[in-house]
Amino acid sequence: MVSMMKLSLKLCLLAFLLAPGAIWAQASPDLQTRLTAVEAAAKSAQSAGDNAWMLTSSALVLMMTGPGLALFYGGLVRRKNVLSTMMQSFILMAVITVIWAVVGYSFAFGGQGPFFGDLRFAFLHGVGSAPNSDYASTIPQQTFMVYQLMFAIITPALISGAFAERMKFSAMLLFMVLWALVVYSPQAHMVWGKGGLLNAALGGKYPTLDFAGGTVVHITSGVSALVCALYLGKRHGYPSDTMRPHSLVISFIGACLLWVGWFGFNAGSALGASGLASSAFVATHFGAAAAALGWVLAEWIHNGKPSILGGISGCVAGLVAITPASGFVQPFPALLIGFVAGIFCFFMVAFVKAKFRYDDSLDAFGVHGMGGTLGAILTGVFATNAVNDGFKDSAGKVLPLGLVDGHAVQILYQVIGCAIAWGLAIVGTLVILKICDVLLGVRVRKDQEIQGLDVALHGEEGYFFEA
Amino acid sequence: MKKIEAIIQPFKLDDVKEALKGIGIDGMTITEVRGHGRQKGHKEVYRGQEYNVDLLPKVKLEMVVSSTRADEVIKTLAGAARTGKIGDGKIFVYEVADAIRIRNDDRGESAL
Repeated sequence: MVSMMKLSLKLCLLAFLLAPGAIWAQASPDLQTRLTAVEAAAKSAQSAGDNAWMLTSSALVLMMTGPGLALFYGGLVRRKNVLSTMMQSFILMAVITVIWAVVGYSFAFGGQGPFFGDLRFAFLHGVGSAPNSDYASTIPQQTFMVYQLMFAIITPALISGAFAERMKFSAMLLFMVLWALVVYSPQAHMVWGKGGLLNAALGGKYPTLDFAGGTVVHITSGVSALVCALYLGKRHGYPSDTMRPHSLVISFIGACLLWVGWFGFNAGSALGASGLASSAFVATHFGAAAAALGWVLAEWIHNGKPSILGGISGCVAGLVAITPASGFVQPFPALLIGFVAGIFCFFMVAFVKAKFRYDDSLDAFGVHGMGGTLGAILTGVFATNAVNDGFKDSAGKVLPLGLVDGHAVQILYQVIGCAIAWGLAIVGTLVILKICDVLLGVRVRKDQEIQGLDVALHGEEGYFFEA
Repeated sequence: MKKIEAIIQPFKLDDVKEALKGIGIDGMTITEVRGHGRQKGHKEVYRGQEYNVDLLPKVKLEMVVSSTRADEVIKTLAGAARTGKIGDGKIFVYEVADAIRIRNDDRGESAL
């Protein structure tokens, strides 16, 4: 009797223990599929957030060119050239788009050579909604491509500041197409492309930390600008004739659009809506603010009066300098970088340019070329893995970044990265200018320059007050 | 008939218009001009590039009045435009050969 009870008890116990297992075995496929669905939904939400920010950033960067840069530069030239200056920025929004789609994107981000990419993405073949995990695994490659396109547009537009008021439109178009392929795409590939010689994230030989384009955008365009200014020569009447900005109001509006748009340029370079994007956003803003103060203070002391032109020039200089550093530095180093850049670029523009007497009409070299170089080198000083822990060694350990992390050799790598950008810009631009000059002639005729490019080249006037 | 051409400080325009209206003169042509006599300009600096701006903004008034009223107009105008400092401006007086009202072909003083 007792053994029967014990047996039934054991059987009950067994049944009790096995029952959940039986129930679990029935529930398991259901729970598994639900778990998989939850994981996919979380990933989708992450992608949605990232993609939303990246598309917004792309729009912000395009806004930097049009109307940001167009207005900033347009206001700084004489009234008779305002439209031609804006046209130079605007037409690039159109032309570079086509070049990028056909071959530019592929040449920058396809393949894994050290110096330039290949043609696997020519005509955007294979560039669709699937992510390219080499670059950004949570957003469609199309988003990545179009984001990078906006950088490819603004970089050559910056150069126009050097040859404003005297370059032939047809020659400029040819120049820009060649420059995009010979200078921009290779530099972009070297720093950001897979296998690139300078690519810090993907195992480049001379890893250069360039978060959003200090070398790729500002050094290449700024140095190319100097080459153009020297090759084309001074504007007729420079420096004795009065060539004041015809509308600082317009330049001011442009500069503010640049500041706001730059959040897309720098924070968007985090390639996602992440903490790194927040950090880059803050660093960018702080750099701009401190640089504006730096330039204004320098001007106040030197000239006796602080000016709005100084303020907006300063903020742009700060934005340029913080660009390579934005995703690597803490907020207070960002303030320091900005402040130093504001004073340094003021010095470049107010003294060095006057001393060497080159006609870099809108200070593309002084602000972008030199500001970018300064920023790139200071990135080597202040970059820290406390801000950006994305760089790991093969064992998964987070690598030190800049001097503040005890990695002083990074400064050397930054110098190498700058030197390569300088070299590519100088050689590439000289060759391209020569080609354009031989084929089309790069400078307008003297009578066209005096009449003003708006009427001479474009057949229109910017302002018609009598209407 | 006399044409009275006055170059005055821009901030004096309202005073001058009021004063002239007060004596019954309210037809005139006003232009914004730049120029200088003995008044010094000022220095402007744009990104390190210095400019001496010596073309100063002024306002030019032109009106044609009957010869009998000319002196009265000049006195009123100058009085309203005067600050006593260099840069107050100048008044020039010209002889007018004829004046025609376009609306109805009136000629001479009746066209004024």
